[in-house]
Amino acid sequence: MVEFDGVGLRYGPDAEVLCDISFNLQPGSFYFLTGPSGAGKTSLLKMLYLAQRPSRGIVRLFGEDLVNMPRPRLPGFRRRIGVVFQDFRLIPHLSARDNIALPLRIAGVSEEDLSGPVGEMLSWIGLGDRADARPATLSGGEQQRVAIARAVIARPQLLVADEPTGNVDPEMAMRLLGLFEALNRLGTTVVVATHDVHLISRIENAQMMRLEKGRLADPTGALRYPPANRA
Amino acid sequence: MIIPRVPVQHRRLLPDRRLSGPTPWVIAILMMLTLLAAAAGVGLSRSANAIGSAIAGRVTVQIVTANPVTRAEQAAALRRAAAAQPFVLSARAVDREELQATMGQWFGSADGDDPVLHSLPLPALVDIDFVGEDRSGHMEQLRALVAAEAPGARIIPHAEWLGPVARLIGSLAWIAGGLVLLMTLASAAVVIMTARAALGTHFATIEMLHLIGATDRQITRLFQRRIAIDTAYGIALGSVVAAAILLLIGWQWAGITSGLAATASLGPTGWALLLALPLLAIALAALTARQTLLAALKKIL
Repeated sequence: MVEFDGVGLRYGPDAEVLCDISFNLQPGSFYFLTGPSGAGKTSLLKMLYLAQRPSRGIVRLFGEDLVNMPRPRLPGFRRRIGVVFQDFRLIPHLSARDNIALPLRIAGVSEEDLSGPVGEMLSWIGLGDRADARPATLSGGEQQRVAIARAVIARPQLLVADEPTGNVDPEMAMRLLGLFEALNRLGTTVVVATHDVHLISRIENAQMMRLEKGRLADPTGALRYPPANRA
Repeated sequence: MIIPRVPVQHRRLLPDRRLSGPTPWVIAILMMLTLLAAAAGVGLSRSANAIGSAIAGRVTVQIVTANPVTRAEQAAALRRAAAAQPFVLSARAVDREELQATMGQWFGSADGDDPVLHSLPLPALVDIDFVGEDRSGHMEQLRALVAAEAPGARIIPHAEWLGPVARLIGSLAWIAGGLVLLMTLASAAVVIMTARAALGTHFATIEMLHLIGATDRQITRLFQRRIAIDTAYGIALGSVVAAAILLLIGWQWAGITSGLAATASLGPTGWALLLALPLLAIALAALTARQTLLAALKKIL
């Protein structure tokens, strides 16, 4: 699904913010990415959701080399990835409904076909009665739910979430985690960056990646050589 | 397509307010000036061509023999001899009444009843139009003819005294053409600045659209459509104002029936060019916006 081999990332002439990152994410697996602030979690996620190319190393996604992939091919890959941003990044002049429908519209789904899934998603996140509300009129938690709904509406093969439960109450956090788990059971590979250790313990068989000072801690080699891949 | 079709739901990705603020007004002013300059250029160019072709092959032979009878005989003989030459298209002796009428405008007695005017020793004039392009060869032949029929007469090529005027008008036409070019470039620059400003204003939306898989083409069509519509409003407004000004000038020009001014007109080709300019401007704006947007988007991964 996702393979990083000896990946390094630097911004400009500064020292590498990520160094020698190697791992192999299995299809249908659930991963938590933890680490202190400034460890490089967001930079790693940026490479996962194709907002950043590495400075060195090999990145393969869905079996294809992304480092040398021509730019025009990237949108097709991005449509297979759902992203939940820490700062939500909702489009401010669009309603909650239109924000959630955005990935489907970009993918060319007809209005007829997308109204059902979008309505269901709005109900599921508890915003059925606020479908026409603009992000500015929603609370932080409501905005986060819309952001999550937008990330999962197109049933992505890879879901990348940066602190997805940071602004919601524990009950909603569990519901959202339940959604991630349900998607994971349907075959979506999930990568969640979080500080919340309680969240990590809620998902069985979840792998944990820990970043410290730009290096990935993988003492058992399970990330680079997952059990399923071991001969 | 100049204004790309974008689904209604996708159009909402950009806010309802106009993207470009003053852009339609700036474009309207530039379009108006462009059309006026183009009209001036076409009119002047046609005028210069008309004068040029009219004077290039015409000479006037001035017979200044003191004896009026001899003068009249020489003029008649020269007219007959010239008309019989194969290199002469037409030869016409200018009537004394015509000369007196022309002079009378200066004397303030156009009716021709001024005794002073009648007493003036006016020269006899013969207007000769050459055939074809070999004007220098024709001049040599005419000089020989004049020497034989009216010794001492002066040959005055019209190009000598009207040529500078025609060249000046031609230069003004080129300057008008240059102004059209400069204003077209200025319009394109306005569109480029508008496109870049729009990208800056909506960068967060563009980045988001990219990250969920929107292609450059999808994003470009959104902005291209909006910029093309904005500029089309400006172009339409500028064209309407320019048309009103040109019609007013045309109405006033219609009263001028003589002299150099009468040679200035737009003609069917000129009008066709003026009608095509706004459409070309919209196309240029849309293409400029598209190229600017695509170039800017390529800088984002």
